[in-house]
Amino acid sequence: MDRFVFLTLDGLSRGAVYAAFALALVLIWRAARVVNFAQGAMAVAAAYVAYSVATATGSYWLGFVVALVGGLLLGALVDRAVMRHVDHTSPLNPVIVALGLVLLIQAVLGMVYGSEFRPAEAPFSRGAFTVGGLAVLSPYDLFVFGAVTVVVCALAWIFARTAVGLRMRAAAFAPEVSRLLGVNVGGMLTLGWALASGVGALAAMLVIPTELGLHPHAMDLVFVSSFTAAVVGGLDSPPGAVVGGLIVGLLLSYVSGYAGSDLTPLAVLVLLLAVLLVRPGGLFAPVAARRV
Amino acid sequence: MSATSAATPPQERTTAAAGRPGDPHRRGSTLLRHLAVVVVAGLLLLGVSYVVEPFRNFQLATVAAYLCATAGLTVLTGLNGQLSLGHGALMATGAYTVAFCQNAFYDRGVTGGSLLLVSLAAAIVATVAVGAVVGVAAARLRGPYLAGVTLAVAVVVPALTVTFDGVFNGEQGLSVPVEPPPLALGAYFPYERWQLWIAGAATLLTLLLLANLVRSRYGRTFRAVRDDEVAARLAGIHVARTQVLAFVVSAATAGLGGALLAVLAQSVSPGAFGLTLSLFLLMAVVIGGLGRLAGAFWGAVLLVALPDLSHSVTEQLTLSAAAAQRLEGNLPLAIFGITLVVVMLVAPGGVQGLLSRLGRALLARLRAGRS
Repeated sequence: MDRFVFLTLDGLSRGAVYAAFALALVLIWRAARVVNFAQGAMAVAAAYVAYSVATATGSYWLGFVVALVGGLLLGALVDRAVMRHVDHTSPLNPVIVALGLVLLIQAVLGMVYGSEFRPAEAPFSRGAFTVGGLAVLSPYDLFVFGAVTVVVCALAWIFARTAVGLRMRAAAFAPEVSRLLGVNVGGMLTLGWALASGVGALAAMLVIPTELGLHPHAMDLVFVSSFTAAVVGGLDSPPGAVVGGLIVGLLLSYVSGYAGSDLTPLAVLVLLLAVLLVRPGGLFAPVAARRV
Repeated sequence: MSATSAATPPQERTTAAAGRPGDPHRRGSTLLRHLAVVVVAGLLLLGVSYVVEPFRNFQLATVAAYLCATAGLTVLTGLNGQLSLGHGALMATGAYTVAFCQNAFYDRGVTGGSLLLVSLAAAIVATVAVGAVVGVAAARLRGPYLAGVTLAVAVVVPALTVTFDGVFNGEQGLSVPVEPPPLALGAYFPYERWQLWIAGAATLLTLLLLANLVRSRYGRTFRAVRDDEVAARLAGIHVARTQVLAFVVSAATAGLGGALLAVLAQSVSPGAFGLTLSLFLLMAVVIGGLGRLAGAFWGAVLLVALPDLSHSVTEQLTLSAAAAQRLEGNLPLAIFGITLVVVMLVAPGGVQGLLSRLGRALLARLRAGRS
């Protein structure tokens, strides 16, 4: 029972990160109908920048802020410089270009930083509190929950309550009409990319200290897990992404706790296939004609 | 709706995009034409194998192995419209199967020249089985979903070799014992030339089959499904079956390519078949020209030439050992990434698209000059 409680809490903490990353994927999908396969690499790039700043200045928090800002800028840059010019008539094209970006970003990171694992520090202790002899959350887990909750609430507020959020939704929903009504559709798209990439950078900052460390490929498996989370929730649904992230986090935690951590990648693949074959629109999709 | 046989494929508006413009004007048997090309290529390869040094022979053999995989991938992605990021994993399947078979033969003391053929066939069969499973799932998925699933396959399969390291021997991988060239060829027959012969023969055969497939009824149904599923279905094409078939064919060639790579390197390890390989294959196909077998050739050449090129570039620069190593490992990746993005933005037809445009322009100028 102790173990179950521990694994559940650990899974929720892991799931919070996947939720944030899945949310970033959903943001871009809703705005541009593109699954950003470069998201993992972009997030790692932001994390490396944070690492450089943190080692140069000795301040984790300065690095943290720089990572978020860097993520925002990188997202805007990718949209303005590359994605906007891709021919979107075939859905293959944006995916292929994003994969080209993955190669490019990972190669540049490898050239600058080398491809050995670099230890990433956590701002809070990762030792768990014990309550009545039961190991529960660590301060770092609480930080993860707090950060993800803030981001989710902030995004919900932006999209539901602000004029910019309304314009972004309008630009994604009906680009032509929005343009006629005076909305800067291109600008909204760039903003969407920037926000998503910023959220992705946050997720990378949160997840990397809990794994092996910084590495150009550090987010590959996280990307696959988060893509699964987004698909579980339905690619179109932000609340679905959050729930999907928590589900995937729990599943991975149970699998690695009870069956061995080597099996987690396989578990992700099985879950992804199962969801796509049984309920391709995700758990939160309305009944609709074939989407996939 | 029952089978592809009833299909009168929708108008061949796709031919221009799929390459070989002006095809209706060609007469004569497609099979004979392709056979002639293959025979010429084979003779050329035979000649080259005697002229160039052993290392180049080995490199050409590697090109042939990659060409197997890229040709299959270009049929799948370019002609059938299914994006697969999992072909590296399929190559790994073929490579490990060959390793198992060869080791089993050697452990039992069975030797003989034709055993390699048995192992290669086993590799193809195993990959076809895996490909059929993935293909059945893939036929239900579209666009980014399919990409996501195959990406997961590409990430997960190499990790499995570490999970079940009792069977796959973990990161270290397995060795692949391969027979020396037959004595009939002479005692001093260079091993690399033998390797080129094996890989070249297998690849030319694969290309012949693929080229005929592409020009056949099945090739037309592939393209019809890619261009418009609803129209294809109305024309009597079984869409899902066509997609699975395309995936299986492509998997078989990928398995053979992986098996050849394993035979060439005489070892397999998961590191060689990671996500990067899958991405490389896709890049190669796109840069060469999606949907064209000739493009697959350019892509395979790039896959071998770029690392070599970046090695010689880094040797020119005076760098510290660590920096040189970093640069050498990552330069090909960076070049590939940039080229891919630029090609997609500027010249979606890839190298072969540019070449055939150039050829057509030259031809037009020649004709204009004559008249």
